[in-house]
Amino acid sequence: MQEIVQYLFSGITTGAVYAVIAVGLSMLYSSTELINFAHGEFVMIGALAMVTLWVRIGLPLPLAVAGAVAAGCMLGLVFERLAIRTARNPQPITLIIITVGASIFLKGAAMIVWGKDPFSMPSFSSHESIEIFGAALLPQSIWIVTAALVLAGGIHLFLKQTLTGKAMVACAVNKKAAWLSGIPSEKMGILAFGISAGCGAVAGIFIAPITMSSYDMGTILGIKGFCAAMIGGLGSLWGAFAGGLLLGILESLGAGLISSALKDAIAFVLLLLILYIRPGGLFAAKEAKRF
Amino acid sequence: MKQKHLVLAMLVIVLSMLLVSGAVAADVYKIGGIFSVTGRASFLGDPEKKTMEMMVEQINAAGGIDGHRLEAVIYDSEGDPAKAVSAVNKLLHKDKVIAIIGPSTTPTTLAIVNFTKREKVPLISCAAGIKITTPVDPWVFKTAQSDLLAVAAVYQQMKTAGIKKIGILTVSNAYGESGKKQLLSQAEKFGIQVVLNESFGAKDTDTTAQLAKIKAAGPDAIVCWGTNPGPAVVAKNAKQLKIDIPLYQSHGVGSPKFIELAGDAANGNILPTGKILVTSLLDDTDPQKKVLEDYQKAYQNKFSGNVSGFGGYAYDAVNLLANALKGSSGDKEKIRDNLEATKGYVGATGEFNFTAQDHNGLSPAAFVMVEIQNGTWTLLK
Repeated sequence: MQEIVQYLFSGITTGAVYAVIAVGLSMLYSSTELINFAHGEFVMIGALAMVTLWVRIGLPLPLAVAGAVAAGCMLGLVFERLAIRTARNPQPITLIIITVGASIFLKGAAMIVWGKDPFSMPSFSSHESIEIFGAALLPQSIWIVTAALVLAGGIHLFLKQTLTGKAMVACAVNKKAAWLSGIPSEKMGILAFGISAGCGAVAGIFIAPITMSSYDMGTILGIKGFCAAMIGGLGSLWGAFAGGLLLGILESLGAGLISSALKDAIAFVLLLLILYIRPGGLFAAKEAKRF
Repeated sequence: MKQKHLVLAMLVIVLSMLLVSGAVAADVYKIGGIFSVTGRASFLGDPEKKTMEMMVEQINAAGGIDGHRLEAVIYDSEGDPAKAVSAVNKLLHKDKVIAIIGPSTTPTTLAIVNFTKREKVPLISCAAGIKITTPVDPWVFKTAQSDLLAVAAVYQQMKTAGIKKIGILTVSNAYGESGKKQLLSQAEKFGIQVVLNESFGAKDTDTTAQLAKIKAAGPDAIVCWGTNPGPAVVAKNAKQLKIDIPLYQSHGVGSPKFIELAGDAANGNILPTGKILVTSLLDDTDPQKKVLEDYQKAYQNKFSGNVSGFGGYAYDAVNLLANALKGSSGDKEKIRDNLEATKGYVGATGEFNFTAQDHNGLSPAAFVMVEIQNGTWTLLK
């Protein structure tokens, strides 16, 4: 019993991180039909920017978080401007290959800026871990889950309640029709890039204290986020969120109950199974394609 | 006509240059080096390359070997076996070296041993993998301590501490797998029972699930076998889960970086390490103390920055080779025989006694057990 609770805690923590990454990926996909394989690198940028701003420079925590998110967003916009918009042949496959290239570039650049060594960061709050049913719940886990919920909730409200958000949804449903009715669809794409990169950075910021940050941490997290988005159904906000949590919990239960050597294999086999049974993902609505 | 003369003149010049360079080459002992200077394993290769260059300089400044100057040709393998193979081919066929030091990692070493064996060139690897010297090949030596010895040192300490049941947690790569194999195979000999054996990915961000499982199995101690940063995550998680049994780490984390990464959670961790990490704590009677102090002084004067045990592997390799070169007049067969006959060489890593059956030549005494207390190393007796 005690172990199961522990596995769940650890699964929900990692799952929430995957969820935030998946939400960013999914968000970008629905507005631009682009799968950004450099998404994981924004997670890395967020974490390393946090190391610089909070640990090195010593800014207060809220300021450092804001700075790191801003750095992620800015980088996302620059990436869109320099690499995506300048593509001469904007076929989806070309753009996807560009993102793969960008991922390698960002990793290399980060290696030069921050070096090859991993960094460690203290927890956001210095509380002891809390015991529930004999299992330890880390304060940082609470931070992560809260951040994930706030972020996903915020994006949900933004899309449903604000004019800009609704315009974005309109672009996602039908770009041409949205453009005809006066929505600047290109600007919406840029906005989606910014928000998506920001989500990546948030994931990096909150995960940094429980793990080690290094220039090459992003790739595997990006892949896990991609899986989570696929499980939930690409393009669906809460689907991506649920997919992330599910993947995290499956991994943790797989490691705990079956074998830690098979942890990733279990998660990926389940992903294949889910996609086999429901190719659109678990939560993809049948008629409306996106959101 | 005039052109013909020109061609002839050029031919003469080229030929005479070849002759001259040939004459110079006879005076020089050319030795090769292959290290992972850049890439993931640069923490190994970088100090190794620097150490080799420094040692060659020192030897030349002292008059070389039997009047022959040493010349080091060093290539970067980037930790990639394919690049190591192309480097070894260059060393063997283009540079025609008489011996090779390196590579830095086990996979790169295993990738090139067949080439050096075929050309009958002695190789002194700086990698730890036990596969390099078992089974023993006449032409392959290594200076890094094997996992075998590290595990023996850990189990010896556990026996004195009265630990009977352990849970092991290894990283799922070649380093962790090799460690796991040794941990499982040697346990019985020391009367230790492995109650649970779990693993974690090198890039995992969380290992609480594995630790909770081990905790539930109720061992007397946990052994974590990996290289940074994974073991630091394990140490942090163990502290967060309030696991109060001792946590043993492998020699793979024996650097100040581990303490920096794990922070408070590093306190109380016990690990085997080469003596270089704790030079100042060693007894004055320890024969290695002076060797280590000299090496550290020379290295710090030249490169600013702390020495690591990894540089020590190259330090020993160059010294062993330099001793073997004496009286060999550059004959590879003789160099090999001299290497194998090396007895009682006290180096940075330990005391080397090569035999025809043992081309690593170290004993578990090459390791000391240390405990991390208040963010620094303390020697365990």
